[in-house]
Amino acid sequence: MNMARQAQERIAIMGDEAVALAVKQSNVDVIAAYPITPQTIIVERLSEYVANGELDAAFIQAESEHSALSICVGASLAGARVFTSTASQGLALMHEIVYAASSMRVPMVMAIANRSLNAPLNIHCEHGDVMPERDSGWVHLFATNVQEAYDLTFIAFKLSEHPDVQLPVSVNLDAFILTHSVEPLTPISDEDASKFLPPRQPLYSIDFDNPATFGTMALPDTYMEFKYQLKEAAERAGQVYPEVAEEYARISGRRYWYFNSYMADDADAIVLVLGSTYGTLKTAARRLRESGLKVGIVGLTMFRPFPEKQLVELLKNAKSLIVMDRAYSYGGLGGPLYMEILAMLYRNGLRIPVMNVVYGLGGRDFRLDEAEAVLRMAFDGARRGRFDEHVRWWEVRA
Amino acid sequence: MSAKRIVEPVIKGQFTYKDLPIAAMIPVPATSLEYKTGVWRTRQPKIDHGKCIKCLLCWVFCPDAAIKRLEDDSVKVDYEYCKGCGVCETVCPVKAISMEEV
Repeated sequence: MNMARQAQERIAIMGDEAVALAVKQSNVDVIAAYPITPQTIIVERLSEYVANGELDAAFIQAESEHSALSICVGASLAGARVFTSTASQGLALMHEIVYAASSMRVPMVMAIANRSLNAPLNIHCEHGDVMPERDSGWVHLFATNVQEAYDLTFIAFKLSEHPDVQLPVSVNLDAFILTHSVEPLTPISDEDASKFLPPRQPLYSIDFDNPATFGTMALPDTYMEFKYQLKEAAERAGQVYPEVAEEYARISGRRYWYFNSYMADDADAIVLVLGSTYGTLKTAARRLRESGLKVGIVGLTMFRPFPEKQLVELLKNAKSLIVMDRAYSYGGLGGPLYMEILAMLYRNGLRIPVMNVVYGLGGRDFRLDEAEAVLRMAFDGARRGRFDEHVRWWEVRA
Repeated sequence: MSAKRIVEPVIKGQFTYKDLPIAAMIPVPATSLEYKTGVWRTRQPKIDHGKCIKCLLCWVFCPDAAIKRLEDDSVKVDYEYCKGCGVCETVCPVKAISMEEV
């Protein structure tokens, strides 16, 4: 198959396979993982690529996710391009090393097939697994469809290895809704992928002739300064992201931004969300626009670092906002995205009525008619200038 | 980057986050030789060599290897690293070591 044809070819592929394909085309050196539903297919495909000689990489199946991520940290410090993938309990087991990876400024990419956390045991979609990693210093990107999960994987490697960033990046894709759904995908050519991601140039790497120490202790006299380095690096990731996305647009024709937005510019009521529900809301918004309701949708691609400036610019003229969360802070004010938006509005002097809709926990379906109902509620809030409640657990039998 | 250039600003407290190596990574070996931890001390041991019986208990117990054993088994305090914990004073069977205010 010639490259030019491959570049334009449209294929049907499920989300997990699309991520595996992107990882293969990114020429990774080391993959360490432990299988967990619903990301298993990602590493299964990668193990096949390595076994049949399509990908020249070390594939290491660890004895746990904690070990898998530890292996990734070590491999990245040695200068390798590294990938891992997990979900739910696996990510929770990685938690300790998640923080070590970002604080040790280790470039790598992890796909997270967002799945609920125990208990009760449930394997379906929720963002409650990644939210405990929110404050770690990782860059967190969210895909709304299979094409985005594929594209963001390349962008994630580029951003992660950027000399001004040097941070691990997660690519989040909704369990089953994206991981196991077959959607159309237009891949980039292997040639373009290699041009976009030439072999990694590590800033520092393990070198036996020039010994160095990684992962040292830092006492109260320097610890805060190292954490300030992390804060600055996380914020720089947001600053260099448009340049990385632009470079990807040049080879793919697909332009990424801090968020997807649909008719938000002139909307009276805007609904914000993470992940695949953006697509459902978009369709619902298109219908409501036809009947004259000025509603808009924003789906955040980048959740960390948080694109405050760009969101304020987009939301400042809205008359009402509904923030949808597929996760919850139990005992807190609401869902994590809601709390972030509240804080952002307050410190930018915006007094827009906001309501939180908590939905889809443990994979509960969120249908098109429900998306329309949420948009109508948002529009009603804009018309009346207020909402009557702060947080609603959508269609919970309460 | 030399060991001295990394350690000195930290000891003197004259640095910003930009002066520190990325992520507490130490790019050269043996920086600890430049890090004179004895400055942490608030009391320091003084040895009365007239009373010392050369049993070497202080040399064994010192948690920082700051008691040096000499050729004739007499001992000497390395004040660049002694942190003044006073273990040597406690274990000395003949009370030849006394802790003094710095």
